[in-house]
Amino acid sequence: MPSYDTLIIGGGHNGLVNAAYLARAGKKVLVLEKRHLVGGAAVTEEIYPGFKFTEFSYVVSLLRPEIVRDLNLPAHGLEILPLPSTFTPMLNGDYIAFWDDHEETHNEIARHSRKDADAYDEYGRLMYHMAKAVRPIIGMIPPDPTSLSPNDLRGMLKMGMHMRGLGEEKFYQLFKLMTMSSGDYLDEWFETDALKGTKAASGIIGTFMGPRSPGTAYVLLHHYMGEIDGAFRAWGFAKGGTGGISNSIANAARSFGAEIRCNAGVAHVIVKNGRAVGVALDNGDEIYANVIVSSLDPKRTFLKLIDEKELPNDFVNDIKRYKTRGSSGKVNLALDALPNFTAIPKKEMVMQTLRGAISISPSVEYLERAYDDAKYGNFSQRPYMDMIIPSLIDPGMAPPGKHVMSIFVQYAPYNLNGGWNNEQRDAFGDAVIDTLSQFAPNLKEIILHRQVLTPWDIEQITGLTEGNIFAGELALHQLFFLRPSPQWANYRTPLHNFYQCGSGTHPGGGIMGAGGRLAAMEILKDSK
Amino acid sequence: MILPGTPFHPRTSDLCQPHNWRRWGKYIVAGSYELSPEREYWAIRNSAGLLDTSPLNKYIFQGKDATRVVNRIITRDVNKCAVGQVMYTTWCDENGKVIDDGTVHRVEENLFFVTSADPNYRWFCENANGFDVTLQDVSDTTAALALQGPNARKILQTLARAEMDSLRYFSVMPNHLREIPIMLSRTGYTGDLGYEIWMENKYALDVWDLLMEVGDAYGITPIGILALDIARVEAGLMLIETDYTSVRKAVIPDQMSSPYELGLGWTVALDKENFVGKRALVQENRRAPEWRFVGIEIEWDSLEEIYARKNLHPHLPLQTVRESVPLYDGDNQIGYVSSRCWSPLLKKYIALAHLRAPYFEIGSRVEMEVTVEHERQRARAVVGKTPFYNPERKRK
Ligand SMILES: Cc1cc2nc3c(=O)[nH]c(=O)nc-3n(C[C@H](O)[C@H](O)[C@H](O)COP(=O)(O)OP(=O)(O)OC[C@H]3O[C@@H](n4cnc5c(N)ncnc54)[C@H](O)[C@@H]3O)c2cc1C
Repeated sequence: MPSYDTLIIGGGHNGLVNAAYLARAGKKVLVLEKRHLVGGAAVTEEIYPGFKFTEFSYVVSLLRPEIVRDLNLPAHGLEILPLPSTFTPMLNGDYIAFWDDHEETHNEIARHSRKDADAYDEYGRLMYHMAKAVRPIIGMIPPDPTSLSPNDLRGMLKMGMHMRGLGEEKFYQLFKLMTMSSGDYLDEWFETDALKGTKAASGIIGTFMGPRSPGTAYVLLHHYMGEIDGAFRAWGFAKGGTGGISNSIANAARSFGAEIRCNAGVAHVIVKNGRAVGVALDNGDEIYANVIVSSLDPKRTFLKLIDEKELPNDFVNDIKRYKTRGSSGKVNLALDALPNFTAIPKKEMVMQTLRGAISISPSVEYLERAYDDAKYGNFSQRPYMDMIIPSLIDPGMAPPGKHVMSIFVQYAPYNLNGGWNNEQRDAFGDAVIDTLSQFAPNLKEIILHRQVLTPWDIEQITGLTEGNIFAGELALHQLFFLRPSPQWANYRTPLHNFYQCGSGTHPGGGIMGAGGRLAAMEILKDSK
Repeated sequence: MILPGTPFHPRTSDLCQPHNWRRWGKYIVAGSYELSPEREYWAIRNSAGLLDTSPLNKYIFQGKDATRVVNRIITRDVNKCAVGQVMYTTWCDENGKVIDDGTVHRVEENLFFVTSADPNYRWFCENANGFDVTLQDVSDTTAALALQGPNARKILQTLARAEMDSLRYFSVMPNHLREIPIMLSRTGYTGDLGYEIWMENKYALDVWDLLMEVGDAYGITPIGILALDIARVEAGLMLIETDYTSVRKAVIPDQMSSPYELGLGWTVALDKENFVGKRALVQENRRAPEWRFVGIEIEWDSLEEIYARKNLHPHLPLQTVRESVPLYDGDNQIGYVSSRCWSPLLKKYIALAHLRAPYFEIGSRVEMEVTVEHERQRARAVVGKTPFYNPERKRK
């Protein structure tokens, strides 16, 4: 007799969301997490005494509002604090900033180019409409592709168009977004390098592509999804770091009766007669249940936890081909004081600037060069970086007067020439600090502790294959009904009673919880 | 006429970027220090917000009969207020209709410090006739700051000379911040852990500077009344002239409220000696109240439906809207909302409302008028418990 209705492998935020929804529907649920804490790529850890690092992910962008409401996450500790601006220091000592106030941003861009300032408004409006058209897809269970014959892009576009009745003009824009590179797309709109660099950067995060690689323009759209939510504002910095999000979901899940077990790594899935019936833990224990759900990425799930023989060949080959090239690293710093970015012109602007994001993306060319290094198996000597100083947003992140800094870095290829080792990790960390020091000269003197995470480290700690931050690249051929494999995008798998719910499923990576929620809905449908 | 600033104006005017000064009593205070009050709001909930509350009216009752006089005026029983304790209370006219609400600080056995929203000097004097009490209006000579938020205590602890860890919720003590004499009360209008600091005007700038300097490491943030206005709605706290009309300003009976109708029945001590309005309130207490002041939550799904009819996503106020909107049950208007805002923390659209019996019961379902693209719609709402937000740290 199985002792649980559902076992969920992996206590990342998606596994937890899945558990919460199933428990809420009355199911007896057990989450099995390998590490000593829940959260996966959304964890906060005190790596250096008194300093809390939002270790991997650092901003919330797309956490689904319906999840926040359904699970009443604020009552379980979720607080999303504003991250009001983005500041890009330029190589010539100037800067460009995007504030949360529309007029202020307009004035700031106009300082560089009046045309760009006007174009920025229009661009924003278009993105809003596009995002509005595409957004329903995020909350949707991918339809059976065979009945839609979606093998080419047009099918998908057509559906998007049907869904929201985009006019002709917007349809063309959407087509462009889906096919162009972010660099080329932005060239059609703007002339200011730092503006284009900063916007293009959002198109390359988590991919092994450069801003001139076709397909990256589409990812620009994702940044606008959050804007639609308006007042809801699911965008910002979570109190306590992204671990705060995971903890609030875990609390909600427990309040519905879900059980969460840490230090309980799953060694393999037990399959009998083509059906998943339970799991064996690393310690040899076996647990049985009616339904097993994996929140791990598709490669780890199907190639490591399940005997290949239990799965159809085509499917296994698809999963083997599924792209998980890791390209990002993370550097977390404990700081004795605030970094002195020399591009900030006035003393009064310092706090206002440092409370937001800081982007090292002076131009599209800069990003493309950073990519060039990676293409040939090296980490970028002058990488793209996206930074925040969490302690200025939530003072609880560091002791009074001290600070933590979270630096997302690209590119750092998983398959580094010669492989990752301690020296390479240090050299990568040095490249990050050296590059940053050009913009904030006091940086080296104020570092109390530095944690450098390469894609290899990310894989070791979180289990994300090749350290790919999105559990599989967000490229068009791996999205929607193709994620992770055609025919198996609706959270079911070729193995009976076995489901998937992680970032490797539609709608993909990032702290959204959408996979966890949609999978729960399908599981509940099947259990009726 | 140029309205005057408070004793903190030399500092606040340097910081107030949008120049959105708001009128408060006879003074002006900052609406917000940045264009959006959002970050200031979050300081209240996450670090510490520093608010200039100097425009409050402040009175000192002192003398042998001070206790009796205060007790004649207010609806609560001041005999139950120990020295060092603070009481929130209302006071009424002879007909039991609310004049104002405020706090009574029992600083010494026969020394009371009373705050109020509106000027009350004349009313207080009239009720002190013939008693051995001196009544001082110290509104213009006493500056006041509220330091509100989870880090408020830590900041004050580093400055307070006398131990203040044991200062309980709704208590008051004389203290010093470094060398500066102040009165420190654990009170506020945010529903969070917080303190109010009362000082002579001449110390105002020194106190401000000290707090800002020491508070920096704890995320101290000057906040304006727009941020406060969100926090107080979350805390379910009413505002005179917005959520109720003082009987002094009411021109028709419908505009007057008894404490019972405002959900403040708990502040009426009918068992104490005579006080202004007692007879009427005894009578009213026998009847079931017709109205009550409650909190309502507007349902998101319902808002989404209404906005979707116009192909829009819900557009909600990021600041508290102090304007009346009707509440319905079917075709009947059964009440009105007097303050409403989007709660950034709870992620809910909340409102303070006046509802008729029996609709004011918790869980009761009503509809609120919402205007979308100039058309009137109705959103489903439900009567909820106030405070909407009530963190443990407030009392701990
Ligand atoms: C460096 C970095 C930066 C990022 N930045 C952002 C950001 O700023 N904003 C954003 O939205 N997204 C960001 N992301 C992406 C986002 O964090 C992830 O997409 C998301 O957290 C994944 O959630 P998940 O639940 O699907 O999987 P995971 O979080 O990967 O959870 C999987 C869980 O399974 C556990 N596990 C693994 N193997 C086993 C096993 N055998 N048995 C039991 N348990 C196991 C793991 O320990 C982990 O807890 C970032 C990711 C990284 C790595």
